[in-house]
Amino acid sequence: MVSALDRKLLRDLWRIKGQATAIGAVIAVGVLMLVMMTGLTASLSETRDAYYERYRLADIFAPVSRAPERLAGRLTDIPGVSSVQTRVQGRALIDLPDQVLPVQAQAVSLPDRGRPALNDIYLTDGRLPAAGRPDEIVLLHSFAAAHGLRPGDDLRATMNGARRSFDIVGLAQSPEFLYTTAPGELVPDDSRFGVIWMGRSGLAAAYDMDGAFNEALLGLSRGASAAAVLDAVDRLLAPYGGTGAYPLADQTSNRFVSEEIAGLEAAAAGVPPIFLMVSAFLLYIVVNRIVQAERGQIGLMKAFGYTNGEVGAHYFKLVLAIAAGGALAGCLGGIAAGRALIGVYTAYFKFPFLVFQLDPASFVIGITVSILSASAGGLLVLRRVFALVPAAAMRPPTPPDFSRSGRRAGALGRVLDQPSRMVLRRLTRQPGRMAGAVIGIASGMALSVAMITIYAGFDRTIDLTFSVVDRSDVTVAFTHPAGDKTLFELARLPGVQRVEPVRNVAAILRNGRQSHRGALIGVPVNAELYRALDADLAPIALPDHGVVLSSALAGILDIAPGGRLVVDVREGRQPLLELPVSGIAESLLGSPAYMDLGALNRALGEAGRVSGAHLMIDEARSDAIYTALQDMPAVAGVSLKSQARDAFVVLMNTGAGAIRYVMGAIAFVITFGIVYNAARIAFAERARDLASLRVIGFSKGETAFVLLGELAVVTLVALPVGALAGYYLSFGIAAGFSTDLYQIPAIFDPASYGQAMLVVLAAAVISGLLVKRDLDRSDLIEALKTRE
Amino acid sequence: MDRPPAYTTRGLTKVYGEGRSAVHALRGVDLQIPQGEIVVLLGPSGSGKSTLLNIIGGLDRATEGTVHFRDACLSDMTDTELTRYRRDHVGFVFQFYNLMPSLTAHENVELVTEIANDPMDPDEALALVGLTARTDHFPAQLSGGEQQRVAIARAIAKQPDVLFCDEPTGALDSATGRSVLEVLRDVNARLGSTVLMVTHAASQAQMADRVIHFADGAIRDVVRNDTKLGPEEIVW
Repeated sequence: MVSALDRKLLRDLWRIKGQATAIGAVIAVGVLMLVMMTGLTASLSETRDAYYERYRLADIFAPVSRAPERLAGRLTDIPGVSSVQTRVQGRALIDLPDQVLPVQAQAVSLPDRGRPALNDIYLTDGRLPAAGRPDEIVLLHSFAAAHGLRPGDDLRATMNGARRSFDIVGLAQSPEFLYTTAPGELVPDDSRFGVIWMGRSGLAAAYDMDGAFNEALLGLSRGASAAAVLDAVDRLLAPYGGTGAYPLADQTSNRFVSEEIAGLEAAAAGVPPIFLMVSAFLLYIVVNRIVQAERGQIGLMKAFGYTNGEVGAHYFKLVLAIAAGGALAGCLGGIAAGRALIGVYTAYFKFPFLVFQLDPASFVIGITVSILSASAGGLLVLRRVFALVPAAAMRPPTPPDFSRSGRRAGALGRVLDQPSRMVLRRLTRQPGRMAGAVIGIASGMALSVAMITIYAGFDRTIDLTFSVVDRSDVTVAFTHPAGDKTLFELARLPGVQRVEPVRNVAAILRNGRQSHRGALIGVPVNAELYRALDADLAPIALPDHGVVLSSALAGILDIAPGGRLVVDVREGRQPLLELPVSGIAESLLGSPAYMDLGALNRALGEAGRVSGAHLMIDEARSDAIYTALQDMPAVAGVSLKSQARDAFVVLMNTGAGAIRYVMGAIAFVITFGIVYNAARIAFAERARDLASLRVIGFSKGETAFVLLGELAVVTLVALPVGALAGYYLSFGIAAGFSTDLYQIPAIFDPASYGQAMLVVLAAAVISGLLVKRDLDRSDLIEALKTRE
Repeated sequence: MDRPPAYTTRGLTKVYGEGRSAVHALRGVDLQIPQGEIVVLLGPSGSGKSTLLNIIGGLDRATEGTVHFRDACLSDMTDTELTRYRRDHVGFVFQFYNLMPSLTAHENVELVTEIANDPMDPDEALALVGLTARTDHFPAQLSGGEQQRVAIARAIAKQPDVLFCDEPTGALDSATGRSVLEVLRDVNARLGSTVLMVTHAASQAQMADRVIHFADGAIRDVVRNDTKLGPEEIVW
């Protein structure tokens, strides 16, 4: 049996269904995001872990120049190592008929018989290479898909300088290569880097590794110390040219996947609270207004002997109904959206299967948090319910006292007409209410500013990386550090307008306990094509001695100019250098560390060596240049900046970065919702006054002015407040969107502020028109009869 | 012989505001109201009769002085106890009906019967005020007199010890007002409820057992009426 009060509740809800739906929708969106994102990240993490486990991804990767196979046994003997797989791997170039440039690839050995103990592959099509068939290969599925290659097709590739032809017998995916990035490049791109698996003996023959291996994979037993094993492996492999074992956490593909999932997690944690705060605020306003309007009914209930608790519970149930309805809708929507998106992300992350994980905790959190935040809004109002004395509640509220503010505004008032004075006095008389409306609209403005600024931030990252820092057209990587002769050869090619050498040296950079596995980049004096730039985008003169770190790297290493950096070089003779940090450079892609090329070579004791070059070319002769580059034995890989830029844009628009569009759309919806609600509430509060104005002879326009004038003033005050709040909010959101791979700057972009302002103004104008329409339609007699 | 008092007040004072703007609504009221009587409070607007009604009805508190309901001192009660008192003993009828607009006539009565100790059936209460045919109508669908009768049904449905009526006919025409007064008299006769009615229609005092004249926040005189008329005999 539904009690009379509960029936009143249901009818009240029905009466305010529009507003209740609007608020419930805001709550629902917040909970939807929460449930969707946590479900998504939980599913992705679970799937990743299951994938790694099922295909036995190694815990430790140990590259080495050339180590005899017998070392495998000694690796197995290291305490904490549960399994060892040695293999041969090497760089290769794939010739594709549809590509002018050869595509870089990595060739990886599979045991001649049986499955690998570690880093197994998942065959999506075809079969494994047959034993004793060095011409049969398995190709990475995503690469094959990008180029339309299938089992049965031929593939031509250059390995260790020799051109060979292979039969593709299978396609595979691998947890090791979820993301493939060509050496020296930062942005993953399926089409521009291939992985070839073939039999161990065939590959060993190609790379001159008979009876030897150049990479060891190690699995750890439960509870083993990775650090201790890494040390032991390094000691064991050092005499054979070990370049430093590294844990799975530092493996490129895994790092990228984990970083993307972490980005989603950050968005999951950061975004929904904003929605819930907004909804709490809206609920506060709406319930406050209901309580105002129902003073008489509250007094009546109290007069009948309903306790404060019972009356409070009645209004609290209203809040709960809206919050719970929103939360429930959000949960269902979150599950649906999560299920829809998980497919997209599974494809994006190239997981061969999916462990769909609905995180029950996210429902509980979503419902609890939304109800709590809504209650917080409601509780403030309930205080007023409790405070109402039944006798006082039975009388109509005394008219608000305008005498003081009326006098205060006196001087100004004299130059204004009556309607303007009404607007002014109402705003100054109820500064709290005015502040509430301003805060509401300002938060909408802040959201819009922050989101539009973030869009600009993404553009700036692309622009800075590909137009300002790197102005070259083509980047060439050499197979081995080369001398000036190779540079002259490049410069002699017809159409090459400028050649600038670069030296990339793999190294682990350390500052105390902080370390980063990356590279030192040697750049010549007066470089034009690839430069280190300071925060004002002016080129930094690289010092004779010392390193200039990108701001992201300085952050990772927690080091400032003047600090001393330990550089553990992981190639050549592997010296251990100690270099001063002499400056900080602006870089939004990767975390580069720049040095003067001469200084770097001096520090390494290898004068005149370069590992690649940046070229500026004549576009008209690009095909000839590419062909010539392909024929140069010293060239390991060629990448075009235009392709890299495209890949980067795709990356930012499909991964965690894509969430920015969802957030942006929601920010606009919320902004509109807040502004519209503010207008509606002002209208409801003043319906009687406005009807009186009409009765005494004001025109519709003049009456609307009294109402909309207030909205206009509130909006105008809210704009600068919101702009300021948005400026600070954008730092938080930018940090949330920045990943290990790229940084999104929170920039002050006047155009973004202008656009956000237009959004808010448009919302205000539309809301004003909607409310004015209702105002024009309102029945004067009815409005006057309403006792409030 | 007087019946035992339902209410006894001593030096009841109510001041609104303070300092120069203070308004003395009650200035030391001493009063006894016997159980089961119909008592009419008469007086001009602002004379303090509604204030007195609110205080002894447990809706408001006195600034000074005491009110006893039977043996209980209302002035010493906490808010919770006052709520209990209203819930268990008191029914209210207001000048502007104060119905819940979102509840039907029947539901408005139920609002009270749901929390009362020994209520009558809502339909019975509505039948008493002659509204059996209108029980499922919302207040907006009822005339003023009908709304006031719903309000009375709501007030009597809990079978209250005391019925407070603040200008119950103030918003009604005389014919409708008369039927409302008839209901009040019937309730008094049937349930033995004390009825305390504020009005400024002096003629309505003719149906009272006792008439209290109010002026300037104090009792001017109390008159026992030994020649009670029925509402149908009153003209105003």
